[in-house]
Amino acid sequence: MTDSTAEAALFVSTARAFLDKHASLSDVRALHASDRSYDPAWWQRAAELGWTALLVPEALGGGSISGNPLRDLASIAEEIGRTVAPGPLHPVSTVLAGLVEADNHTEHSDAINALVSGTQVAGWAVDEPGRAFHPQQPLLAATATAGGYRLDGVKDRVEAGPQADMFLVTARTDDGPRQFLVSADAPGVAVRRQRCVDLVKRYARVEFDAVQVDDAAAVGSVRQAPTLITRQSQIATVLQCAETVGILDTVFTMTIAWARDRHSFGRPLVSYQALKHRFADMTMWLHACRAITAAAVDEIAAGSPDAGLWVSAAKSYLGEHAGPLVQDCVQLHGGIGVTWEHDLHLYLRRITLYRSMFGTPSEHHQAIYRHVDEAGIPA
Amino acid sequence: MTDVTTATESVEAFAARARDWLADNMPRVDLDSPPRAARDDEGAWQRARELQRRLYEGGFAGICFPRQYGGLGLDIAYQEAFNAETIGYEMPLILNVPTFTICCASLLDTGSEAQKRQHISAALRGEEVLVQLLSEPSGGSDLAGLITRAERDGDGWIINGAKTWSTSAFAADYGLLLARTDPTVPKHDGLTMFLVPIHAPGVTLRRIKQVDGSDEFCEEFFDGLRLGGDAVVGEVNDGWKVASRLLFHERRAVGQGSEFASGRGRERPAEFLANLLALAAAAGKADDPMVQDKVGRVLARRMVRDRLVDHVAQAMRTGSLPPAAGSIIRLFHSDVTFLEVDTASEIAGALGVVGDDDQDSLVGVGERYLSRQSVALGGGSDEMARNVISERVLGFPREYASDRGVPFNQVKHNKL
Repeated sequence: MTDSTAEAALFVSTARAFLDKHASLSDVRALHASDRSYDPAWWQRAAELGWTALLVPEALGGGSISGNPLRDLASIAEEIGRTVAPGPLHPVSTVLAGLVEADNHTEHSDAINALVSGTQVAGWAVDEPGRAFHPQQPLLAATATAGGYRLDGVKDRVEAGPQADMFLVTARTDDGPRQFLVSADAPGVAVRRQRCVDLVKRYARVEFDAVQVDDAAAVGSVRQAPTLITRQSQIATVLQCAETVGILDTVFTMTIAWARDRHSFGRPLVSYQALKHRFADMTMWLHACRAITAAAVDEIAAGSPDAGLWVSAAKSYLGEHAGPLVQDCVQLHGGIGVTWEHDLHLYLRRITLYRSMFGTPSEHHQAIYRHVDEAGIPA
Repeated sequence: MTDVTTATESVEAFAARARDWLADNMPRVDLDSPPRAARDDEGAWQRARELQRRLYEGGFAGICFPRQYGGLGLDIAYQEAFNAETIGYEMPLILNVPTFTICCASLLDTGSEAQKRQHISAALRGEEVLVQLLSEPSGGSDLAGLITRAERDGDGWIINGAKTWSTSAFAADYGLLLARTDPTVPKHDGLTMFLVPIHAPGVTLRRIKQVDGSDEFCEEFFDGLRLGGDAVVGEVNDGWKVASRLLFHERRAVGQGSEFASGRGRERPAEFLANLLALAAAAGKADDPMVQDKVGRVLARRMVRDRLVDHVAQAMRTGSLPPAAGSIIRLFHSDVTFLEVDTASEIAGALGVVGDDDQDSLVGVGERYLSRQSVALGGGSDEMARNVISERVLGFPREYASDRGVPFNQVKHNKL
C-alpha cells in the first residue's frame, strides 16, 4: 500500500466511523420525526473532516491527500449510502466544482471559504418545473442590465434548497447558458419547500422575480460556462451513483444475513435454489453497478472527452437495476419488508429518488445514442 | 526462434522491440471491420496456425510460458505490454481459447515433463491445436457423472464412449479427455484425464450443425481407441483434479484474466449485432426516440460488461473474490447477448423475418434470434453459473445430490 492509498483508506474509515456514530439509521429516523433535514452543527463537523475540501485546490483553502480527490469524494458518498445519511454533500460539492474551476474564481473566494468550512450551504438551481434534466438549455432568463443581470424564472428540485444560503443558478442569456451565484436572501428570491420521497433530503422550488445581480455574480466566462455546467452535471450524477452503490451493498448484505438466519420448513432461506438464483443475479448486478460507477469516476477525474458517455452508462444501468435489486430484497424479507418499522424503505426511498434525478435511464440511453452517433464511434 | 530476450530486458524495451517486429511481420487490420475469424471455418484455423508460427519465429510466442517448453518465461507485464502493441494487427486470437489459456495452462500444472515438452511447444509453434473433451451426450451439467470408459489393456488403455460440444475439435490435433477408470467408487474418485489424438483409428468425429447453420462444435465417438500409458495426464483416478484445473483456467480465460492469452480484442460478433446504429438506420428507425433508447441501453450494457470483466478479473487476482467469481462474467455475457439479440429483433421487426433475398436483407437478425440460448448453455448453463455464484461466491448451502459418496455403479442414470 502506498502512502497515498493508506491515507485515502484512513480518510474513508474516519468518515465511516463518524457516520456510524452521528448519522445512523436511528438518527435519520429521529431527524424525520422532528421534521428536520440535518443538523447544521453536524454538517460543519463533516466539513472539518475534509469532505467539502476535496474538489478545492489547496490555494483556495481545500485539499486532498490521495491525489485522486473525486475518487475520495465518491467513497464518502458511498459511505453515506450505508446509512442513507443526511447532509448537503452533493449540492455543496457540485457548486464548489463550478466555483473553483471558474476562471473568475477569485470573485467567489468568500463563498468558497464558507462552503468549505461548512458554515454555509449552497444549492445548484438547475432543474426547471415540468422539464427533464437539460442543464445546457435553461429557460430562466438572465437579462443584461447596467453593471449586471436581472434573473427571471423558476427553478425546482433544488437539493438543500430550504437550507441553502446561496444558489448557483443556470440561466439563458443572449450569449448562451451562464451561471450566477445568488444569495438566498436577495430581493426577489422566493424559496418554497417541495415534497420528496426521501425521509430527510430536502428539495425546493425557487422563484427568481426580477432578481438583480452584479457582473461579479457570474461564474465563469461565456465561453467557459457550458464546460463548467457539463462537469457539474457529471459530478452531481456520479455522486448519486456512488451513494447508490453504498446503498445496494448494504441492503444486499443485510438481506443475505436475513436469508441465512430465517428458516422455513426446517431449512434456511438461502438453501432454496429458487432464491439462490435470485441472489446470484443480484450479486452480478451489484458488481456491475460498482464497476461502471468506478469507471465513470475515473473517466471524469481523467478529464476524458467521453466522460459523459460513461456517466450516462453508469446512471442508466444503476437506474434500471438499483430499484429491482432493492425491491427484490424487500420481497425476500417477506411482510416485514413493507413495514415502516423495517429500515429497508429508508434505502428504497433514496434510490427511488436518485433513479429519476439528473436524467432517467431512458434519457441517458438516448444521450448515449446521440453521443455515439455524432462521434461516429463504431457501435 | 531468436534468442534476444534476456531476463534483464525491460518491459518498455520489450514493447518497443515488439512494436517494430509487429510492423514488419504481422498483417494490419482495419479496426472498424476486422476480418471475421469464424471458428467453424477451416481456413480461419489454417490462418491462425500460420500467424502463430510467425509469432514463434519472431520470438513473441508464449510470453508467459516457461522457456523449456518453448515460451519466453516472462512476467504478465510483458504479455500485457505486448497485447497493447498488437492493436491494429491480425492475431491468432482463436488459439487463445481453449488451446493456450485452458489446455496448455492445465498441462503446465498437471502434465508430465514429456507432455509439456511435446505439446506446449508444438502449440506455441502453431503446429498443434488442443481442445477439451469433457461434456457427454448423457448430460451436460453433471460433468463428474460422465460414462465414457477407459479400461486397462496391458500398459495402455482402451477408450469407449462419446463426447460432445467440443469447441472446434475438427480443427484440433489433440484433446484432453476425461474418462471413467473406476466405476466402483464415488463419481469424482474414479476419473482419469487422457491426452488423446483426435484423428486416430477408433475416433469418429461429427460436426454438430446448430440452428443458425454454424458448425463449430463437434461430437466424437470412441470405439476401442487404444492409448499408451503415457497418455495419462496426472495420476490414474485423480482426473477430477486435472479437470478442476481446466475449469479454473476456463473461468480465468472467460474473465480475460489469463496471462496465457496473446493479443487483444474479441472475436467479432455478427455484423448486424455489432452495429445497432446501422441496423436502426437500415430499418428506417434511426430517428425514433424509443429505438434510440433501446440502442443506447445496449451500448451502456456493453460498457458495463467491459468494466465488470476488468473489475472481477482484478478482484480474482487480488483474492477479494474467489476464482468461482468468473461465473459472474459468464452470466453477464448471457445478459448482454440476450439484450443485443432481443433489441436487434425488435428494431428489425418484420424485416428480420421476411424480406428480399439480397445483400441488404435483415433476415439474419431473425436467424440469430433462433440461436439466442446458445450463450446461456455453452461453458455451463446459466443455471449452473447461478449455482456456482450462490454456493461458491456467496457461500450458500450446496444443492442436494443423491450421488454424493455413492459408488458410481450404484447411482441412478438416465432412463433412456
